[in-house]
Amino acid sequence: MCGAPEQTADLPAGTDLSKESVLVGKVTNDGSPIGGAFVRLLDSTGEFTAEVVSSATGDYRFFAAPGSWTVRALSRSGNGQADVAVGGPGLFTTEVPVG
Amino acid sequence: MSRQDALVTADWAEENLDAPGVVFVEVDEDTTAYDGGHIPGAVKIDWKTELQDQVRRDFVDKAGFEKLLSAKGIANDDTVVLYGGNNNWFAAYAYWYFKLYGHQDVKLLDGGRKKWELDGRKLDAAVPSRPGTQYKAQEQDLSIRAFRDEVVDAIGSKNLVDVRSPDEFSGKLLAPAHLPQEQAQRGGHIPSALNVPWSKAANEDGTFKSDAELRELYGTEGLDSSRPTIAYCRIGERSSHTWFALHELLGEGDVKNYDGSWTEYGSLVGVPVETGDGKS
Repeated sequence: MCGAPEQTADLPAGTDLSKESVLVGKVTNDGSPIGGAFVRLLDSTGEFTAEVVSSATGDYRFFAAPGSWTVRALSRSGNGQADVAVGGPGLFTTEVPVG
Repeated sequence: MSRQDALVTADWAEENLDAPGVVFVEVDEDTTAYDGGHIPGAVKIDWKTELQDQVRRDFVDKAGFEKLLSAKGIANDDTVVLYGGNNNWFAAYAYWYFKLYGHQDVKLLDGGRKKWELDGRKLDAAVPSRPGTQYKAQEQDLSIRAFRDEVVDAIGSKNLVDVRSPDEFSGKLLAPAHLPQEQAQRGGHIPSALNVPWSKAANEDGTFKSDAELRELYGTEGLDSSRPTIAYCRIGERSSHTWFALHELLGEGDVKNYDGSWTEYGSLVGVPVETGDGKS
């Protein structure tokens, strides 16, 4: 994998949730999904780790190590963020409201 | 080189969309982004299918680059303004690549696609038609490109700057966190490398930090300006971003990009690899 993977609610084939920690969710504004938002994964010190663009349905996805993370979204509708605690492998679903 | 020569603002870009001799070129990590809408009049270069040799792991050769730019309608004396998504990763890579083949007048759009979109500036899906040219490239300028043996020799003597995220540097992750982690190579970093993630050189909107902020950043992290520097990441695109900050914005003299980067180094037999945060 080299290029940016398409962001969808479905996980790519081969994702092993018994080994990988996957952060997913939607960027929303008043409950409506926001596509085209710039979604940034920040570590526990607030340092940038990765960035994706949310899909038309507002979905984002990151593969992360266990730890405390912040998912921050920038969009034309405004910015917002949400914290996620990743204790181990599995799927972690978090909505990120912007406005 | 200075910021004024190497970087243009979104305002400047908007005022020069139709300027003669100025060509906007989108180079994106997501190679389909252009098709949905791009800066009006911009042409697209696909970093995967057009800048890479499709068999060997290397760049297209000089003749291949000449053919590509001729077909895109880019002339030797054109001002090429590069931009792209993901904080200009691949646009910075293309900038370094254009410099490698000797294109004189190339600039990066500060903030790239992200700032352009967040500003609500115009995007257009129409693909421009530009008449072909007879582009002539130079031999590769190897003063800005490092190969593996030079990197191994640089351990403990030159500045090695690993610009990946801390988790990739320590060996916890093998790829950035937005990509799947299946990889063949070992995790870790080149011994004696500093870990200065590329993102520290950029603001949240994708623009570069000021020269003063950049100088303070690399000074605090321990970069010795009296020694040559080699930057690397995973495949050489994020390190192009840092190469740009050091060589083009700050005017540091001897700075190379190691495009083989961790996917090559981490697969080599017999070279030293360090894990952990490098600070102990």
